[in-house]
Order: sequence, then structure tokens, then C-alpha cells
Amino acid sequence: MFAKIMVPVDLAHADKLGRALETAAGLGGFYGCPVCYVGVTTEAPSSLAHTPEEYAAKLAAFAAAQGETGGHKAESHAVASHDPSVDLDGTLIKAAEDVGADLIVMASHIPNLADHLWPSHGGQVARKSHASVLVVR
Amino acid sequence: MSDPSTPPETSTGIPAPEGAASIIDTDYELGQNNIDGKVGPFGFDIHNPVFLISGLSVVLFVFYTLALPEQSSSVFSWLFGVVTKGFDWFFIGAGDLVVLFCLVLIVSPFGKVRLGGRDATPDYTYVGWFAMLFAAGMGIGLMFYGVSEPMSHFSSSMGGIAVGEDGVRTDWAPLGAAAGDAEAARRLGMAATIYHWGLHPWAIYAVVALSLALFSFNKGLPLTIRSAFYPLLGERIWGWPGHVIDILAVFATLFGLATSLGFGATQANAGLNELFGVPVNSTTEVLLISAITAVALVSVLRGLDGGVKVLSEINMGLAMLLLAFVLLAGPTLLIITGFFDYLVAYVEYLPALSNPIGREDVNFSQGWTSFYWAWWISWSPFVGMFIARVSRGRTVREFIICVLLIPSMVCVLWMSVFGGVALDQVIADNYTAAQEADLPIKLFKMLDELPLTQITSFIGIVLVIVFFVTSSDSGSLVIDTITAGGKVDAPVTQRVFWCVFEGAVAIVLLLSAGGLASLQSMVISTGLPFTIVLLLMCVAIWKGLASEPR
Repeated sequence: MFAKIMVPVDLAHADKLGRALETAAGLGGFYGCPVCYVGVTTEAPSSLAHTPEEYAAKLAAFAAAQGETGGHKAESHAVASHDPSVDLDGTLIKAAEDVGADLIVMASHIPNLADHLWPSHGGQVARKSHASVLVVR
Repeated sequence: MSDPSTPPETSTGIPAPEGAASIIDTDYELGQNNIDGKVGPFGFDIHNPVFLISGLSVVLFVFYTLALPEQSSSVFSWLFGVVTKGFDWFFIGAGDLVVLFCLVLIVSPFGKVRLGGRDATPDYTYVGWFAMLFAAGMGIGLMFYGVSEPMSHFSSSMGGIAVGEDGVRTDWAPLGAAAGDAEAARRLGMAATIYHWGLHPWAIYAVVALSLALFSFNKGLPLTIRSAFYPLLGERIWGWPGHVIDILAVFATLFGLATSLGFGATQANAGLNELFGVPVNSTTEVLLISAITAVALVSVLRGLDGGVKVLSEINMGLAMLLLAFVLLAGPTLLIITGFFDYLVAYVEYLPALSNPIGREDVNFSQGWTSFYWAWWISWSPFVGMFIARVSRGRTVREFIICVLLIPSMVCVLWMSVFGGVALDQVIADNYTAAQEADLPIKLFKMLDELPLTQITSFIGIVLVIVFFVTSSDSGSLVIDTITAGGKVDAPVTQRVFWCVFEGAVAIVLLLSAGGLASLQSMVISTGLPFTIVLLLMCVAIWKGLASEPR
């Protein structure tokens, strides 16, 4: 059914992604396809890593741990963005194309007032990506 | 794949810096002093105490200027006088040292070090990169002073030397002036202008930008001004010494932008009045500032690539168009020969112009050079940090050549064209309208003498406005990053806040009599402590580069 599942991961708030991660792992196991954990980092040092390389290594370790726990095939893909506060949606959509994902499973918050000004990432990605998108609340 | 522990199916898509060995090992975790949370539906992630103290001190200073206009004006003017007149030797000497330092870096083996690690690739093409650093760096000044500064030096040089009763020169001419000799006055005037807009200001920006880029991209420290001081202050940069450096940087950037925004609105208003008869009053100017802020807001919301870069490229395209037009519509051959002649004049006069001690041309060296140096230096945290952010992937040599030499040449070209045409109008055609006009409209008076005035003046006004937008949006990003403790991915709400705050401060100052001028004096005075910062940065860069793998 699906060739590859992509899960956008915010390593700084990985604790809030539980349901999305679980869903992706379950679907990965069910369809027997790899789950690719995609993380977007800054080129400047961030609270998670001094360099994009260090971030990529952390993401890879995270993906490996997810694969081990869920028993599915796990990959990781780290992308450095010039301005992730603004470019995140576009970066994720491009990442889905780059890794060849046809399903994106992503966590999203409960809609609020701010969504009228800055639409949620889940909504934006679902609107623009060619892949199927499953938004998990 | 540089990390053997990475699973083979992982693709990073990221240049792997081999400079990992040179990362500074500190216990400080980026964002550890930050407070994050939500105000209603809007998130925030701000550095404590830099955000609050910066914001509150700006409000306090604005309040002081409004509540006690006469007192604040006299205090700031006094401070400005002390700084630019008492420390002229320091500014001029520091400027020379910084230029020499950059030139040494170009030819030194350190030139091979790549910002972001040996395998990093440049984030932006040359055109996008250059457009951004130029638009943030000095764009608007070129519109303001392109015609007026060569004209001023020419006029004062023609006037010759005048000495007061106390034996001190009272004229404003550079060096020994050129009384009555139009040709010599033109060369001296252009050389002095190029001195103020060429290597020296760009070397100041280059040093600040290089230190930030090096300590952030290669050493792994947060992208904020304090990081450049790690080799000198060590772990203390995470405490109050670092807070003070960052707060001072925010302060200088915000007031620098707000006062320039105010003055820019007056120039745009004067231009609109010339062209369309739009009344010159505070309502028009407030509307202009609001419009500039609104466009800047859209730009920051679209981000670095979708907003700031696009506008900078539009800006550079328009500026080149205007430059090419004036070059072709004016006395082309004279301008081209002038360009080379002025370069020779610059080299010829440079040793005397950059001499920091024993100057007899006190008004020029203190009122012009010292003023400019303090101004460039007070802007350097903003411009430097912005340049740093967009320069990852360049080698030190490439960086210095592109930040120092190329913009300097563009400035020489700009001044040769705009100043050259305006001077030619005075000398050859006896057209003195630009010479006699007020500062903001000198450019438009010069364009009056060329064909297609309506179109070129309109482009001129658009350029003034777009240059302000590109300064305002990049400034908001810089202030946001500093006040978020070096985080470049803080919630968008914060950059919106700083952008609007900047516009609001500009409007309030514009509406208060003399507020803009007095606060600009205060901002320029911050150039003095930053000059010390600048010199220390040179030491820090040297130490930092020495520990990099080449």
C-alpha cells in the first residue's frame, strides 16, 4: 500500500510526539515499509546540537531506537534550513519527495486562534504535499 | 558519511563539517537561560534577561527623550561631542587597524579556513549573498549621501582653509583643501568620500561578521554577539558580561534602525513632494513609516529566503538599473575616466586621510570621519550578525574578498557616478540646484538635470523605501536572534514584535521635536564601546582561526 512512511520529528519536543510515532511504527509494521524520521535543524548551533552533523547523528540514534522498539525498519533524514521558523512546511514537503515517502504521519496541536494567522504545519503539509498525510492529535 | 555510528540507510543531506574537533567544549546549553511559553495562542522563547532589559531600556530612553526633550537633547549632544571629538584618534586608528587585519587575513594561511567546516557548501549564490549583505550594510546611505557628500567636500575644499582666532581651523575641508582649484577639489572631495564608504566601513562589518560566523558555525557557540568573546572571557560570557554585550547590541541596532527609519521617511517624503507634490508633514511621514514597517513585516513573515533575500535582490536590481541609467545618461566617458582617477586619488590621499594623530583639519576628521566611524561601528553588530548568518560555507579568504573588496568597489563606482555627475553639473554646466538643495533632495535635484526625470526620481524614491525595508526586516531578524539567546528558530511572533516595535519607536521619535536627532547622537555614541569590542574581536578571530584545521 505504502512504499515509505515519513514522520517529521522535533527532537526538542519528542515527548509530545508519542501518538504520531506509535501510529507510524504500527503502520510501518503493518505495511512492511520503512519509516523515515525527518528532522529539520538550523545551520547555526541550536539547543540540540552544535552543528548540523551532530544533529544528524542524534536523529539517526533516535530513529534507530524507534526501529528497535517498534520492530520496523527505520531511517533518518536531517535537513538544515536557513530559517526553520518560516520554512518548515516547505522543507518537510521537499523532504518527503527527497526520501520518496508516500505517506506522512505527523503530530499536530489542537487548532487555536493563532492558526488563522499562521496555519498549522499539519494543515499546510496536507494541502501542498503529493503524499498522503495523516495528522495525529 | 562522516560518522561511522550512523546507520548506513541514513542520509543527512547536510555538509559534514570536519572542523568538529575545534568545537568549543562548554557546559552551556543554548537556550538554557530562555523562558518559553505562550501568551494566548502565541508562543515565545526569549532570553532572560536580555529580551526584557533590552525592550524596557528602549522604552525608558524613548520616554526620557519625550518627557525631557531639552535635557535629553543636551545630554546626548554632549555625549556625541565627547565621543566623536575626544576620541577621533581612536576611531581613525582603530579603523586603520581593522582594514590591515582584514588584508592580512586574505593573504594569510587562515584564508583557507571554511566557515561551517571544511566540507560545508555555501548556502547562497554569489548574487543572493551579495545582494543581502549590501542591502543590509549601507544601501540607504548611498541614496542619502551619494550626491551630497562629494558635493560637500568639493564645496568646502574650494572654499580653502580658514583659521579662527584660536589658531584652530574653522573650515570643513579635508586635509589641506584646494582653494579655488576645481579639479583638485573634485579629486580631494571624491577621495574623502571613497575613504568614508570604501575599505574602512566594510572592514568593520567584515570583522564583526567573521568573528560571529567563526564562533557559531565552526566553534558551535550560539549565534549572538557575546560568543565572539569566548576566547577572551571564557565561560563568563554566559553571565552578565555577555548579557551587557548583547543588550548593547540590541540597543544600538534598534535605535539605529528606528532613527534611520525616521530620517528615511523624511527623504522619501521630500522626494514624493518633488515628484508628486505630496505635502511634507508628519502625517505623510508616519504613513510612510507604517507602510515601510508593513512591507518589512510581510518580509520577515516570509523568512530569510522568501522575504529578505527576494527583496534584497529586487533592491540590488533597481539600484544597478538607476546606476546604469545615470552612467549612460550623464557624461559617460567622463564618469568612467573619473572612476579610475578617483581610485588613484583615493590611494594617493589615503595615508593622510587615515592618519589618526596631529590632524589640522579638525572639523573634517572629527565631524566627518570620526562621526562615520562611530556610525559604522554602532551598526556593525546588526550588519555583522546578518552577514554572518548568510555566509556559512565560504572560506575566510572568499569571505573577506567579497565583504571587503567587492562592496568597496561598488561604493567607489556608486560615488563616482552619482557624485561625479553632480560635480560635473556644477563645474561644467554651472547647475547649482543640487548643491544648494537640502540634504534629502540633493539626489532628486541631480536627477532633474538628466532625461526621464519622472521615472528615475520615482525609482529613486522606491529605492529609498526598499532599502529601508531590507534594513528593517534583516534588523528584526537580528534583534530577534540576539534576544532569543542565539536561537534562529524562535517563534515567529517575536520577530513580528521587534519589527512593529521598531516602527513604533520611529514614529514616536519622529513626532517628538528633535527626538530623532538626539537619539541618533546617542546611538552613534555607542560606537565608542563597540570600537573596543571590535579590536578585541580581531584578537579573538586570530585565536579562533589558529585552532581551526586548515
